[in-house]
Amino acid sequence: MSGTMTITLNVWRQSDRNSKGRFARYTLPNVSPDMSFLEMLDLLNLDLVRKGEEAIAFDHDCREGICGTCSLYINGRAHGPLRGVTACQLHMRTFHDGDSITIEPWRAKPFPVIKDLVVDRSAFDRIMAAGGFVSVRTGGVPDANTIPIPKPVAEEAMDAAACIGCGACVAACKNGSAMLFVAAKVSQLALLPQGHAERQQRVEAMVARMDAEGFGACSNTYACEAECPKKISVTHIARLNSEYLRAKLI
Amino acid sequence: MTLDPKIPAGPIEQKWDNHRFAMKLVNPANKRKYHIIVVGTGLAGASAAASLAELGYRVTALSYHESPRRAHSISAQGGINAPKNYPNDGDSVYRLFYDTVKGGDYRAREANVYRLSQVSNAIIDQCVAQGVPFAREYGGLLDNRSFGGAQVSRTFYARGQTGQQLLLGAYSAMMRQVGLGTVKFYERREMLDLVVADGKARGVIARNMVDGRLESYEGDAVILATGGYGNVFFLSTNAKMCNATATWRAHKRGAFFGNPCFTQIHPTCIPVASEHQSKLTLMSESLRNDGRIWVPKAKADKRAPNQIPEEERDYYLERLYPSFGNLVPRDVASRRAKEMCDKGHGVGTTGLAVYLDFSETIKRNGQAWVAEKYGNLFDMYKQITGEDGYESPMRIYPAVHYTMGGLWVDYNLMGTIPGLFVLGEANFSDHGANRLGASALMQGLADGYFIIPYTIGDYLASNKFQKIDAAGPAFKEAEASVADLTKKLIAVRGKTPVDVFHKELGRIMWEYCGMGRNAAGLKKALELIPALRERFWEDVLITGSPDSFNQELEKAHRLADFLELAELMVRDALLRDESCGGHFREEHQTEEGEAKRNDAKFSFVAAWEFAGTNRTPKLHKEPLKFDYVKPSQRSYK
Repeated sequence: MSGTMTITLNVWRQSDRNSKGRFARYTLPNVSPDMSFLEMLDLLNLDLVRKGEEAIAFDHDCREGICGTCSLYINGRAHGPLRGVTACQLHMRTFHDGDSITIEPWRAKPFPVIKDLVVDRSAFDRIMAAGGFVSVRTGGVPDANTIPIPKPVAEEAMDAAACIGCGACVAACKNGSAMLFVAAKVSQLALLPQGHAERQQRVEAMVARMDAEGFGACSNTYACEAECPKKISVTHIARLNSEYLRAKLI
Repeated sequence: MTLDPKIPAGPIEQKWDNHRFAMKLVNPANKRKYHIIVVGTGLAGASAAASLAELGYRVTALSYHESPRRAHSISAQGGINAPKNYPNDGDSVYRLFYDTVKGGDYRAREANVYRLSQVSNAIIDQCVAQGVPFAREYGGLLDNRSFGGAQVSRTFYARGQTGQQLLLGAYSAMMRQVGLGTVKFYERREMLDLVVADGKARGVIARNMVDGRLESYEGDAVILATGGYGNVFFLSTNAKMCNATATWRAHKRGAFFGNPCFTQIHPTCIPVASEHQSKLTLMSESLRNDGRIWVPKAKADKRAPNQIPEEERDYYLERLYPSFGNLVPRDVASRRAKEMCDKGHGVGTTGLAVYLDFSETIKRNGQAWVAEKYGNLFDMYKQITGEDGYESPMRIYPAVHYTMGGLWVDYNLMGTIPGLFVLGEANFSDHGANRLGASALMQGLADGYFIIPYTIGDYLASNKFQKIDAAGPAFKEAEASVADLTKKLIAVRGKTPVDVFHKELGRIMWEYCGMGRNAAGLKKALELIPALRERFWEDVLITGSPDSFNQELEKAHRLADFLELAELMVRDALLRDESCGGHFREEHQTEEGEAKRNDAKFSFVAAWEFAGTNRTPKLHKEPLKFDYVKPSQRSYK
């Protein structure tokens, strides 16, 4: 691709959990349209370090859209402007020469900032520990083909299981709700016969933990689905609600 | 010291059963008296932590990730092997064993591979019971697909996200134990040293990556499940944080390193596009099931692919290997792609790519059929390259993907330091000189779910353990040595950021210790690497404080180790004066250009003992015997 771009960045800088943050402004010439968004940040960090300044901290790992580590709020949108794309898979060809880009961390009370753009999402792990599993021990399970699962059911469970736990749904929601994340796991295990034995306890425990962590209630705006990089559907939230109701009534 | 692989006696089919009976047991009430430290919580680590806690052991698990669900196992796409023989196509435990030993080009330990094959069926059962949504047929039963190096369909998969689903299964099992209080999980902790006391591995020193504090963790045994070291090449398909620090520092404390030069270069990756490239992206080998690989017959043919008529295309894998075709093992497919490009048939702007073409499959089965099977891979390709793989062939090129080498372990998965167990990609054990597709997930979970729970019990029951204190001398010494290293790194205050050195190391390794290696190049690398290491220690610049969240410091620690490990890899590649699997010494090839082994001289595992920084390491050999799969020239014709 031809030509390079000059990009102006407004980046959230915050030294640690207890400090006050602020926006810092950087101008970056020589941005190639073929670069990924994170490679653009790598380039900026090389510059900063060479100048003796601290690099911008941001979480990232696989850089292929599956590990769920990257968590950038770009121009007011979780993972940036593209539908169904994580920040690490976003490329600079999406932007134009002279663009100004604002980068913030996920903003939600249960996700405190650790440094700059890095947040603490361990609340998700605690929700999983509360009930996001099937209680089987290693060994002594039946042959894998003992329980036939209709293909459409397996496919729908897989749609839910595709969640990468990045937290974009929480960041996108004006209530900071984690309903889509919780719904994806509850729905996967409610759809599959393996999860049926514990469906009642699971949904109650996960929802209770979600509330205790300080996540808000569903805003019904569907912002979560719109910003989910794996396009998890809000119909799973409907299933979460029905599972929850069922658990409370039966 | 002599290397004893501790292979049980008896016919290969009975070794594991006999061994399980011979091993000592820890009675249920005593298990809670033992404390096991698990470093790394990917497939191998999470499955081990969960299974050991279920048995009653107290487990502490550490990860440098913020959550076990981020581990690089999550990126595995294609699938996991098991010889269930559901498709009725002639598979068996013995056939998977045979394929794996042959695929590894006769440089793996037969007994280990047989056991891996034996326990692999139980992995599928376990994962299904956990709610892993494997692909199903319309009748509701599990679907299989084929993978490289095999003529049967034995690969179970969950779309193109099999690693993700298996990891989430292991993670959920582990988080259940965290909820029950039997596993204590510490996130954002990076192991920076192993603590050896009284000749046994008794703990680790880890850096709290949030506040920079060094923390001591003591236990009765230490399990390393910390993955491979492909990032020594800087550009690889590994996630950015993957590193060798845990294994390398254990090596420096006495754990031998096995076959460090055995690196896997994966054939179906998206080619390098620019100087700024930070990593490479793999697309599942399963694409080779339905995609056809070709280059133009004419050299430097600049026409668009759809302008090149059928008779002017060279489907070179189908031509050279009529029976396996596009499904030859990874090392063969990668080497042939390089050869085609080196001869001038490469495509794309750099000439370092070959075509992977789905047009015939799309014509035969329709685009929707292809999208259902491989949709996420086509999306990924489009996202990265800006091109549509449905409309014109994708361009692919090999990239570093996996390391078969790793810490040497015996049949019990214990290293040369008593009480140090090594699982998954971090050990050297089962894949010989080349790993077959869909076998990494299998090995990680076999080690964690079905092997370590037995073998660690035998170790604990057979040894006496002195009480150890995290404030004691062994921990103080290790902690001081880590603090000292950090101080030294910061104190350099040079001019050059860490990544600049890392890229330079990557270029040296790719050039001289990559897909093709020769004595002259390796000798050259043995000069370049120590010189680069010296420059690193004179000129590296790390900003920020060591007592805070500091990603530059994290990278510096990792690179300091890569700069030492790289030299060992080159040394090992130079010693191994033969070609085998992914280790291709250009001096040793058959007339057809295949890897030519020298079994008389090199049928051994090279296990290296650390002798001090800047000192030549000591070589130990574990001879390999093949009683079942007779070594022959691998043929995929």
